[in-house]
Amino acid sequence: MTGTQLRPTVGTDTEFQPRLSLRRKVGAVFGVLTVVAMAIGLLTLGTLIVDVVRDGWSVLSWDFIRNFPSRRPSEAGIRSALIGTVYVMVLVAVIAFPLGVSAAVYLEEFAPKNRLTSFIELNISNLAAVPSIVYGLLGLGIFVRALTLGPSVIAGALTLSLLILPIIIIASREALRAVPPSIREAGYALGASRWQTVRMFVLPVAMPGILTGTILALSRAIGETAPLITIGALTYIAFTPKSLLDPFTVLPIQIYNWVSRPQPAFHQLAAGGIIILLAVLLSFNALAIVLRARLQRQIRD
Amino acid sequence: MSEPLVSVTVRQRQPEPALAQRETVAASMTVERLSAFYGQFQALADITFPIHPAAVTAVIGPSGCGKSTFIRCLNRLHELTPGARVSGRVLLDGVDIYDPAIDPARVRQLIGMVFQKPNPFPHLSVYDNVLAGIRLHRSRIPKPQADEIVERSLRAAALWDEVKDKLGAPGSSLSGGQQQRLCIARAVAIEPEVLLMDEPTSALDPIATYRIEELIAELKQRYTIVIVTHNMQQAARIADYVAFFLAGEERTGRLIEFDTAEQIFTNPKRRETEEYITGKIG
Repeated sequence: MTGTQLRPTVGTDTEFQPRLSLRRKVGAVFGVLTVVAMAIGLLTLGTLIVDVVRDGWSVLSWDFIRNFPSRRPSEAGIRSALIGTVYVMVLVAVIAFPLGVSAAVYLEEFAPKNRLTSFIELNISNLAAVPSIVYGLLGLGIFVRALTLGPSVIAGALTLSLLILPIIIIASREALRAVPPSIREAGYALGASRWQTVRMFVLPVAMPGILTGTILALSRAIGETAPLITIGALTYIAFTPKSLLDPFTVLPIQIYNWVSRPQPAFHQLAAGGIIILLAVLLSFNALAIVLRARLQRQIRD
Repeated sequence: MSEPLVSVTVRQRQPEPALAQRETVAASMTVERLSAFYGQFQALADITFPIHPAAVTAVIGPSGCGKSTFIRCLNRLHELTPGARVSGRVLLDGVDIYDPAIDPARVRQLIGMVFQKPNPFPHLSVYDNVLAGIRLHRSRIPKPQADEIVERSLRAAALWDEVKDKLGAPGSSLSGGQQQRLCIARAVAIEPEVLLMDEPTSALDPIATYRIEELIAELKQRYTIVIVTHNMQQAARIADYVAFFLAGEERTGRLIEFDTAEQIFTNPKRRETEEYITGKIG
């Protein structure tokens, strides 16, 4: 083909047609579609919050937070469940974060790329999709019975840690993979060992992404009910756990308990409990987000 | 020149007596029958030429002739690619850096590298970027000594005046040319004896390129420099010696000619060299 044929020739079939107005329309349609998609999510969340707040606002008070659960709705509170949730979540974060990140670092930075590692990878992805009740049965078998921890705070935390480990591992691996190879090369070229390169240069750069994954994983753990009921977390507790081996309850279980009662007064308490649960979730996430933002500012500035 | 604090600390810890007993001024290197492979593919065949101390040796040649692979063999970075291997010898003042008794990390301390794309550590400040290499070997450096190393290295990289008021800013906040000079400062902070530069100016604008070239001319007083470039004018401007690589049909890079820059650019012995420098091939 010669150069002249490449140029548009006016009035022939080969004429180049920019079709600008069509392209603008397609762009506008996609813009609208994305706004609709976002609106569906926002509206659902908004409806949920409005509904819960309308039902539960009246029961919110210091007494509601201070009191233990009671048969009389007017005296019932969520103290044991709130404290149980905070205990369990702190433990889950302390257990699952280092384990998950270490596993991801091994798989991404140290493991040889062979069939065994791809088999392990496949299974970790599968584990992330296993129903949470199965983890409950596993926790019951291993932590509650075999290790004789009983239906305790630590058994619950370990069970939830198992549940969210795959999520943390997968998110951390993605974050590690996103670190440009040039950073690793810079480390090696300065005479760093593999471990030093990972520890001093790769992990810090990946940390914002790892924290995002951890936020998502913890948000999942905080709302779990089924596995904790399976391992025997109680629904009615009139004391706060004193040690890791004490029985406990958490907010979702308390909410579930109240919702399943016939009296409407308890349904209001459940709505109040949901508001508190959302507040706890938000504060946990806010903490992680502040941490992430600080790391990102350091990296991106 | 001030007392070489860093080199003292690095050298006191070295395990390999042969490396320790060498002169500490700019080193010479010798490449002997070096071949490099990626799995089954042979990227370089039978490269042999000397690298003279305190001089700039430029490696030139068209894309895909193995220039970058070659320079990565000089500090054992090539072997980090999965499936990559090397045969032949690379001598640093007579010591084979591929000797099984020698730790590659040690080799890379003595042979620093600057990459094509500036790669300062994005999570570290300018100050900490310069100290990154030293911190690998010593976790605690007294503040006055650290300050001195940072200033000396940044001055050596002709960057001090531009960044002395923002040492706490992230390394990635600097301009491209400044980032590349920060990478040079980071490399010279651990007092290497050889500096490898893999197309260090190809991502930079002409003014930044000019500054780096000026800097290279200064650095060659103290360091042995090997630079890969696809820019022939650059090679002519800064090189004392030139190695011309070319890959044949099978895409394996070979050394066509090695000589002083003057010879290569005014009176090349091989037809291929002449064709390349006059723009007929490549």
